Amino acid sequence: MKSWSNHLLAEPLEGLGRITLLARESIASLLTFKVAWRDLLYQIYFVGVKSQSVVLVTGAFTGMVLGAQTYFQFHKVKMDTATLAVVSVSMCSELGPVLTGLMVAGRVGAAIAAELGTMRVTEQIDALRTLATHPVDYLVVPRLMALHITLPLLTAEAIAVGIGAGYLVGVYLLGIDPTYSWYNMLRYTATTDVVVGITKAFIFGGIVALIGCYKGLYCGEGAQGVGRATTEAVVYSSIAILISNFFLTMTLGKLLHTL
Amino acid sequence: MIEVRDLKKSFGSLTILDGISFRIEKGESVVIIGRSGGGKSVLLKHLIGLLKPDSGQVLIEGQDIVPMNERQLLKVRHRFGMLFQSAALFDSMTVAKNVGFAFRRDRSMPETEIAGKVARILEMVDLPGTEMKNPAELSGGMRKRVGLARAIIYQPEIVLYDEPTTGLDPIVSDSIDKLILRVRDRLDVTTVVVTHDMRSARRLGQRILMLHERKIYAAGTPDEIFQSKDPVVRQFIDGVSDPKEYLS
Ligand SMILES: Nc1ncnc2c1ncn2[C@@H]1O[C@H](COP(=O)(O)OP(=O)(O)OP(=O)(O)O)[C@@H](O)[C@H]1O
Ligand SMILES: [Mg+2]
Repeated sequence: MKSWSNHLLAEPLEGLGRITLLARESIASLLTFKVAWRDLLYQIYFVGVKSQSVVLVTGAFTGMVLGAQTYFQFHKVKMDTATLAVVSVSMCSELGPVLTGLMVAGRVGAAIAAELGTMRVTEQIDALRTLATHPVDYLVVPRLMALHITLPLLTAEAIAVGIGAGYLVGVYLLGIDPTYSWYNMLRYTATTDVVVGITKAFIFGGIVALIGCYKGLYCGEGAQGVGRATTEAVVYSSIAILISNFFLTMTLGKLLHTL
Repeated sequence: MIEVRDLKKSFGSLTILDGISFRIEKGESVVIIGRSGGGKSVLLKHLIGLLKPDSGQVLIEGQDIVPMNERQLLKVRHRFGMLFQSAALFDSMTVAKNVGFAFRRDRSMPETEIAGKVARILEMVDLPGTEMKNPAELSGGMRKRVGLARAIIYQPEIVLYDEPTTGLDPIVSDSIDKLILRVRDRLDVTTVVVTHDMRSARRLGQRILMLHERKIYAAGTPDEIFQSKDPVVRQFIDGVSDPKEYLS
């Protein structure tokens, strides 16, 4: 009975509390700490450059399938030329940030949790602390900043590639009129859609970095602990992205439309 | 310099330390001995604030470090160097990066000067020319010596060594012992050594503390400890697994 409630309530709450503390510590560190540019640059390279193939494939195929499916439905009601507008709006505000976030959670979040987890179980984190270095300054902040910077860029890339791929499929495979499609897309895609998407990506970047770092820093003992931390980092950050996405859509939508 | 008062620590239901108290003066060198799994490494980690006790105090120059948060502890830790039992080298960095880590984080010292210091300290631990190697390429004993170099390069006031000579051949062990003595005497460094090697215990310690059954069981100068008539101490010093052997 106790372990049941422990498992269901205490553990997630404890995790949430620790992540909040980690976020606070990171912000405090960001404000006072002279950034280690080399580490940051390396992390940006690792997150950004090394995620290219994943993001390109995700963006392109999502745009393509979205274009095709929308066309099949819209064709029935003779709205063919609105296809690209649908692709564009959904890529910008939902699919671009969410799918890129999920892919990066799987690739980068897992790598962060595994790396920091291994450092913890081999006492490297303790060694860092004896050398008067705060793990948050040295490990968390560069990763957090790198993801905050890189995920919006990757998302923008996925959106652009997705729209391009949707356009190619629509115009060259399905025979939609290119001029009207383009015109409708520009007409129905608002700046706010792009702003919403990029804002989401910025927030998802923080989610992936913080959950990955938290799982790594508080990893259990041994190889098993590292394995568990890695899996949990991916699962929890994916779930957090999906859930927060709903609330972001609601709040950002309201916020930006009232402006 | 270092004072521990009534330190208690448990992991879950397992009590490791139950009321440890001792005092180490500035410039003194103290050896801690005790059975494997007795909590020597755990005790050492309390001295530098890596672990928090359940109760008790750890005073560094009169300042209790137990209630400090991590940021405050970092300031205290500038005065410490620590060699881990597992060496705990950063495996994503070369030997040179590991050893020069503290300087590079400081960012006040030019790169050439760091390289010079690193080369000199690697010479001292008998590993010249290994700067560009990765920790994975080193043997266990070599890693230990790199860890040692990393702990003493910035000339800390207090150095904690967790089994510095375990896994080293007798000749290197001897040179490491001498290095520890040299570091201690040159700069009046306070030294705490955990060891299973009775020969080094005798050479390195001005005082020996024996940890047994969660408490400091015996304390004294090496001569007192090595001539002790206490059966528990005797058994440990002589390395006898079965006390009945004394009877025959
Ligand atoms: N983080 C931890 N969590 C749970 N138990 C721990 C932890 N660290 C140490 N222990 C337990 O504390 C006890 C003492 O461990 P410690 O490493 O201090 O022993 P030791 O005296 O250094 O032994 P050795 O001479 O073999 O190094 C062991 O039983 C170990 O299982
Ligand atoms: Mg030990």
